[in-house]
Amino acid sequence: MIAFNKYYNQFNLISISLVVISLFFLVFKGLNFGIDFKGGTLIELRSADQKINVSSLRDNLNQMNLGDISVKNFGNQKDFLIKFENNDNKNVIEEIKINLDKSFGNNFNFRRVENVGPKVSAELLKSGVIAISVALVLMLIYIWIRFEWQFSLGAIIALFHDVIVTLGLFSLLGLEINLSIIAAVLTIVGYSMNDTVVIFDRVRENLRKYSDIKIFELSNISINETLSRTLITSITTLLALLSIFFFGGEILKGFSLAMIFGVVFGTYSSIYIANTILVRLNVSQKTILKEDDKI
Amino acid sequence: MLYFSKLRIIFISLISLLFILFASSNLFKFSNELLDKKINLGLDLQGGSYLLLEIDNTPVIEQKLQNLSITLKNYFKEKNVRISNLKFKDQKLSFSVNDEFKNLVLEEFSDEESDINPYYQRFKSHQLDVVEENNVFTINYSKQGIIEIKTSSQDQALEIVRRRIDEIGTNEPNILKRGNDRILVELPGLDDPMRIKSLLGKTANLTFRFVTNDTEDSFGAEKLQYEESSEESMVSKRIILSGDNLLDAQPRMNNESNETVVSFTLDRVGAKRFGKATSTGIGKQLAIVLDGKIISAPIIRDTIASGSGQISGGFTFQSATDLALLLRSGALPAPLNIIEERTVGPDLGQDSINAGMIALFIGFILVILFIFIKYKVFGLITNIALIVNLFLLIGVLTIFEATLTLPGIAGIILTVGMAVDANVLIFERIKEELRNEKNNLIAFDSGYTKSRTAILDANITTLLAAIILFFMGSGPIKGFSLTLGVGIFTTLFSVYFIARLLTVLYVSKNREKEGLI
Repeated sequence: MIAFNKYYNQFNLISISLVVISLFFLVFKGLNFGIDFKGGTLIELRSADQKINVSSLRDNLNQMNLGDISVKNFGNQKDFLIKFENNDNKNVIEEIKINLDKSFGNNFNFRRVENVGPKVSAELLKSGVIAISVALVLMLIYIWIRFEWQFSLGAIIALFHDVIVTLGLFSLLGLEINLSIIAAVLTIVGYSMNDTVVIFDRVRENLRKYSDIKIFELSNISINETLSRTLITSITTLLALLSIFFFGGEILKGFSLAMIFGVVFGTYSSIYIANTILVRLNVSQKTILKEDDKI
Repeated sequence: MLYFSKLRIIFISLISLLFILFASSNLFKFSNELLDKKINLGLDLQGGSYLLLEIDNTPVIEQKLQNLSITLKNYFKEKNVRISNLKFKDQKLSFSVNDEFKNLVLEEFSDEESDINPYYQRFKSHQLDVVEENNVFTINYSKQGIIEIKTSSQDQALEIVRRRIDEIGTNEPNILKRGNDRILVELPGLDDPMRIKSLLGKTANLTFRFVTNDTEDSFGAEKLQYEESSEESMVSKRIILSGDNLLDAQPRMNNESNETVVSFTLDRVGAKRFGKATSTGIGKQLAIVLDGKIISAPIIRDTIASGSGQISGGFTFQSATDLALLLRSGALPAPLNIIEERTVGPDLGQDSINAGMIALFIGFILVILFIFIKYKVFGLITNIALIVNLFLLIGVLTIFEATLTLPGIAGIILTVGMAVDANVLIFERIKEELRNEKNNLIAFDSGYTKSRTAILDANITTLLAAIILFFMGSGPIKGFSLTLGVGIFTTLFSVYFIARLLTVLYVSKNREKEGLI
């Protein structure tokens, strides 16, 4: 049996610092919102001419006065991702097409064009925030119904930890936040909850089974009993996610990366956050006594 | 937990086979209509354009208020109520009345049977908001009145948008209402939406009006620019003909001038008016105005009584074709703005499908190998259940002809990764039970029973997340929540029926064996 409970304090400190650092980044560095949430235009180009590179493309586009424009390679040398704020210039894509054909010859394939107006992006951001909030609240309520409030609190703190630290890491690394990241965060919420619930379920069962063991020891027993399941499920989920990350194409990279972070944090938080909250709230056999009739 | 009746075994096998059949109908063509269903590919996989249009209702509301001012004038005249200072300013209509009429006017507006201010019983609201202050009435549309206007202009716009898109002939367009002032257009297989965008961006409000030098024209006049140059002309506000009077419009080659023109045919009323105008107006210039710009302003040389004519204006064949199309399909009630556009080319779509399939295949193999190494025989059972699960998932999506998107494929891969969780929970539990219980059957039975609440809780939480995503997300993301959510149900089926059935069969044959798992 691994003595997870020996390090409860240390890991709690680490978690608190991680959350504080993440919040610091979120507040001061902010998130790198993609056009979904900021508005603007995105163009994915493939060039047939090997000689065309990011700087020649950027120089050319800069002459068009499109404002702050970003040009990057996308996955490989011949694919480019162009992003700029589009201030109501409706025919800009056609203009870019004409301009590029004129300058580089008919060498470009416009693989993807996305244009999101300011009104829509504001709405998407709002609905993303609402979706995550609703998810957190629903989880809170669900656990409250299934367990006691102490469990609910533990689970929700673990969730906040996972979401904040994942977003903090995205802020630190400057990775783009788009609609699929919101989907990833929501799935992380579901996954982390899933992990936490399995351990909580065992804690509750053990509370009934051992009437004389204190929660500090009991939580450790429960973690150990469910440990191999926690690890195996995390591994298979990570295998699936790594496969998406490496083989699923550029578009799914951000999504799978967010999920990978989330699964790692989620697994960690079920062990070191959700449980320590139970310990700190001094959950005991008495806590679940009244709820026994419920099941 | 460990007993399966013959009937149930047959039932489970039949269901599994049925879904495998449905799943495979994506690969083969079935002659049977019931079976011949396919998963739809989302725009991000098959390529295509997604356009979100917003109707700019401000001019419509303005126009309605202006029309209302005439109605009001006549209405109160009939009732012998004198109103003065009727004006339209800041999106509001205002007028003043003398003290004696004040209450009468107020009554007219607040009467639930009122003709001038209809009352919507259902919403408990009048069409207009009326404010009176010092005998000055200010009138504006109420919230409900505006909703009414928006809904009706959305209905009209939807119809026109549909006609325009149908005229171009793209395959299976999807045109839907969103809210009360938006229209969503999905155009599968279209990789260059430029033409459609420019066609949808035009209101196509066509009018025939005389060019006038008389600024005192009784209908008023306005200065309008030419489409092709920066020249301007004064044009009367009196409308001789509008696009509503057109029966047909076609691009034509004019043999005399060797130029592309748009020829049009008028309805009976239009032909009559056109004949009258051209007979009285010989020598005058008739401006053809489209969306506030003059296309051309030919001089009338003869009376045109045939009810048909030509519009010239330096068109290319393409622009003449587009104009004819716009005129045929009619004018939009209000301008449309494209507020969101997402276009994916067909080759990127195919690349995404390929990448998604490779990722699914590799992810699947990795998970299967890992589980097999970890659990041997039971790993095999889990893996068989996992394969059936995949077929079930694809089968369900096929039956409902659901839309598969790239994030949707990610959802399937993720389901593969997470689906083993339930079996892992069960097997780990059985292992624990076996430590204290020597009887295999009892240990397996209690393993299944005791792990049930944890499995249920764990899946419900994921399902909650998927449901929220389904209702909040759009397009591709909806596809993700769909596969994730459906995946939970197919997983539970495959775990509790397929895997459990196989486990039962294996364990009952090896009930005496030690170290079974």
